[in-house]
Amino acid sequence: MNYISITQNQRKLMLQRVDAASTDELYEVVPESVRLDSVPKVTGGMSEIDLSRQLAELANINVAAHEYTSFAGAGCYDHYSPAFIDHLLRRPEFFTAYTPYQPEVSQGTLQAIYEYQTGICELTGMDVANASMYDGATALVEAAFMALRLTRGKRKVMLVSEALHPEKLETMMTYASSELIDPVFVPVNDELITDSQAFLSLLEEYAGEVAAVLLPYPNFFGIIEDVSPLIIAAKEAGAYVVLDTNPIMLGLLKRPAELGADIVVGEGQPLGSAMSFGGPGLGYFACTQKCVRQLPGRLVGRTTDVDGNRGYVLTMSTREQHIRREKATSNICSNHALNALIAGMYLAAVGSKGLKDIATDCVTKAHYLRNELLTTGLFVSPKSDNVQSFGYEFPLVYTGSLPITLWHDELFERGYLAGVILAEGSLSNEDEGHLDDTADNSAETSLVLFATTEKRTRAEIDEFVQVVKDLG
Amino acid sequence: MDKAAITPEVHSDASYNCSYRGPKETIYELSEVGRSCLEAPASELPNLDLKAIPLLSDYLATDEEGPTLPQVTETDIMRHYTHLASMNFGVDGGMYPLGSCTMKYNPRLNEDAARLPGFASLHPYQPEYSVQGILQIMHELQEDLAEIAGFDATSLQPSAGAHGEYAALMAFRSAHLVRTEGKTARNKVIIPDTAHGTNPASVAMAGYQTVTVPSSSEGLVDLDALRELLDEDVAAFMLTNPNTLGLFEPQIVEINEACHAVGAFTYCDGANLNAILGVARPGDMGFDALHINLHKTFSTPHGGGGPGAGPICVKEELAPFLPGPVVTKFTHGDTGLDLYTLAMPENSIGRVRSFYGNVSVMVRAWTYIRSLGGDGLKDVAHQAVLSANYLRVVLQDHFKVAFDTTCMHEFVLTGAPFKDAHGVRTLDVAKRLLDYGFHPPTIYFPLLVDEAMMIEPTETEPLKDLDAFADAMIAIAREIKETPELLQGAPYTTPVRRLDEAAAVRNPELRWRKD
Amino acid sequence: MASPTDRKYSTDHEWVLVDGDVATIGITKYAADQLGSIVFVELPEEGESFGSEDAYGEVESVKSVSELLLPVGGEVVAINQALEDAPETVNDDPYGEGWLVRVRLDNKGDLDELIDGAAYDASLA
Repeated sequence: MNYISITQNQRKLMLQRVDAASTDELYEVVPESVRLDSVPKVTGGMSEIDLSRQLAELANINVAAHEYTSFAGAGCYDHYSPAFIDHLLRRPEFFTAYTPYQPEVSQGTLQAIYEYQTGICELTGMDVANASMYDGATALVEAAFMALRLTRGKRKVMLVSEALHPEKLETMMTYASSELIDPVFVPVNDELITDSQAFLSLLEEYAGEVAAVLLPYPNFFGIIEDVSPLIIAAKEAGAYVVLDTNPIMLGLLKRPAELGADIVVGEGQPLGSAMSFGGPGLGYFACTQKCVRQLPGRLVGRTTDVDGNRGYVLTMSTREQHIRREKATSNICSNHALNALIAGMYLAAVGSKGLKDIATDCVTKAHYLRNELLTTGLFVSPKSDNVQSFGYEFPLVYTGSLPITLWHDELFERGYLAGVILAEGSLSNEDEGHLDDTADNSAETSLVLFATTEKRTRAEIDEFVQVVKDLG
Repeated sequence: MDKAAITPEVHSDASYNCSYRGPKETIYELSEVGRSCLEAPASELPNLDLKAIPLLSDYLATDEEGPTLPQVTETDIMRHYTHLASMNFGVDGGMYPLGSCTMKYNPRLNEDAARLPGFASLHPYQPEYSVQGILQIMHELQEDLAEIAGFDATSLQPSAGAHGEYAALMAFRSAHLVRTEGKTARNKVIIPDTAHGTNPASVAMAGYQTVTVPSSSEGLVDLDALRELLDEDVAAFMLTNPNTLGLFEPQIVEINEACHAVGAFTYCDGANLNAILGVARPGDMGFDALHINLHKTFSTPHGGGGPGAGPICVKEELAPFLPGPVVTKFTHGDTGLDLYTLAMPENSIGRVRSFYGNVSVMVRAWTYIRSLGGDGLKDVAHQAVLSANYLRVVLQDHFKVAFDTTCMHEFVLTGAPFKDAHGVRTLDVAKRLLDYGFHPPTIYFPLLVDEAMMIEPTETEPLKDLDAFADAMIAIAREIKETPELLQGAPYTTPVRRLDEAAAVRNPELRWRKD
Repeated sequence: MASPTDRKYSTDHEWVLVDGDVATIGITKYAADQLGSIVFVELPEEGESFGSEDAYGEVESVKSVSELLLPVGGEVVAINQALEDAPETVNDDPYGEGWLVRVRLDNKGDLDELIDGAAYDASLA
């Protein structure tokens, strides 16, 4: 099957018009030595009927989230996305359009992005939000590069909390290997939060060199850390403050702007995007007005047309690669506009109250789950005193009899995705850099990260805890 | 200006786009206290007193401190976004001949495939044995892209073309360091003056200096000029082939050899791969790496700006440096079954983002390849090239073609003569095309051509629409001479008219605020 | 229209008006017209020093960025702060209110490299 509507007869007429005997002739400029004598060896030419059957078969090999009960998060969440979203998303005027470079015929996309930007500004309290980045990890990296530019390239050190998502840290490492930025990682302490003593001493050690501090709010383990003193210290040291956030939790928490953030980033998948095995979600990116000229990515602004009517355009484009080329604020061109459209729709659907209620519901269920799991006697809190300052995600140490991966598999067999295993074996070694690294094989204790969303019910949680208890 | 004068004579019925007349209030202005759409589920658990939790309580917002979001019902939302949609121009509504963007039809089977719960509702950290179907698709796509483009290995992780460029440059950096036992990654990357802006921007992010090589008078790489720039400081040469003028580089083999002779890698920007599918392979031409825009060549939708996907394919030497994880296949010892697993390439540059890339975009591209097969892909290229040449020939008596020779999938017109003779700019031609119901071509790119209009019809455009587009262009060419002021005021029939972009920058209004 | 004759010009389309050892610098009407609507002007800080031909700032239109190259070397003693809020002044009055910076000349010899208004106009023809 293909999607060409020009017939063989029409092709002949077109060939006549261009004065060629065959389409092969149009390729005469391609050197003989690199011209293929056979087509690529790929499976294909299937009818839609056969192909749709094969797709269903392949999809069925996977075990999808509606076939199990998920207590997994770790950067990708099983939140509810309202039914209307996909109906609107299937409007071809949205999804078959290109980047809105011709504003007169792209007002739909432009206004939707403008409304999305407004929503992100409302969530974060910041002045400006861009039209989206690829994901939370690249948004975080772009924030570091932005801080480098804001300090005119004179400060290269980025103090990065290791309590951020490990894959965000790894992405930061990749982007640091060209040595334009110099990330210095602040260790996590035994409470699984950014070690504030280490943070302060690193800030002192690199005095005058720190472009930005990058802190989690909440952190990878779901914990709301006491970031305020760190922000104050960072500002005194002349560093920009970047907060990595969870957008659902922003329905409940003080807004990053009030805490003193200069740049706010985060993974926007929770705002209505499907999990899709990790992508596409979107990275949201917001900053203060005074930083705006160094903002990466596209930006939509409001203006008027020649008749005086309100309209929207891509604006401040001289920051971008198609104009400023090697001096651009980023190389990003294609972004995740369609996911930004989803996020804008989601924020409109929930409103302030709905977002706060959904966040509260998630948090309530997570706290309930944690208490219930602790009562089984099979888990302990990673730290002796019982840290309660978490949102809808929390870490526990499994102390039961099974090797952790077997335990996890057994529960999956029974229909539960029992969180995400962060570390196997003993956690006594506090100097362990990344927590997802496999430590030694003593298998005494193992760290698991659990999450609940508003989709989980009390019955599901209770049944899960019972199954966990029975398994031991 | 009277109404009759501004309504085009040859108004095309080809477009169903932009039926709604703006402007439209924002969804924030539709808000009325007390309305809602999506609410939290009924509470089943005792209230948790968040204010009693140490630390967390310090960070809770009061009601006044929280965000102000719209209070609207589902009906309000549906009306609002339906209105917004009908102010947009999409491929389904009419011809969208944006050069270098490959605005082909987006098959609906692909859309349904991506939405199958077995693909869309997978958590990235669920056990590998529960995601073998999606891993198989990803693995097959890795192999198919490498076969189609002539390379040895693929990473699907990059999210867009620019992201792929960056990843490949970082792989070059690692490979140079390995070659020189850590001594140097080299410091320069050469790009032609016709390059996409992402090329130099990616070079800068990868920590290299850009050096620009001018094009020859034929619009091609000037091999002698290139040779003069090549030395042992050059890490790589980046080239789009066919280039952004729609021309195939006939000396491509020599270009690659010249770069390799000084130890530089060569990179193919695959934005224009549609022209040569099943005809010639960048790998066979000597390129060391390329990115593929799945949202161009492999029919996945552009989404109003994204998400796309920019997988990169590389030769064997570079395979260990690919970003990851990538999918590898092995045979299970006991059962003999093929199994798939995610693994980091041995010397990987690391991740370039979280998780594995834009998986739902990959599903769409895989479905497209399974639909077309090798023969179908070749047909795509042949038809895309024929359609572009057809339009070029039909238009050449009315517009000046920048480089008048057989083109690949796109060609570039220059409006410079009209600017000089009639004061009509390419921008005016583009805006007037909107009145005729067509999306304009890419304008003012490549930078090399004054007043450029870059036209890429793609293979999926029916002949009658190609003809209607040509008729509209020819009518506009007549209007340029007869009524230039008409063009300078265009468009007249769109949801909004020409917008004041200078005011948007001088007085930025980047979010809605209550007055 | 002829360029003012009270000042000197560089072939990079900048003008220099000397008063004692201080030179006021701006871009020519031709340059401003070519750029179109100017939306942003980035200027150096007072006290910074530049050599002749050094880049000292940028002017932006909606879809272009142009580097400003200093026609004469010296220390910046004043910048036109009004342009921050009204960059369009460069279009409206390039030879007057639309000036960019004032520089204390390092070397008056730099002025010998510049051309007069008539020669500048001839270079545009």
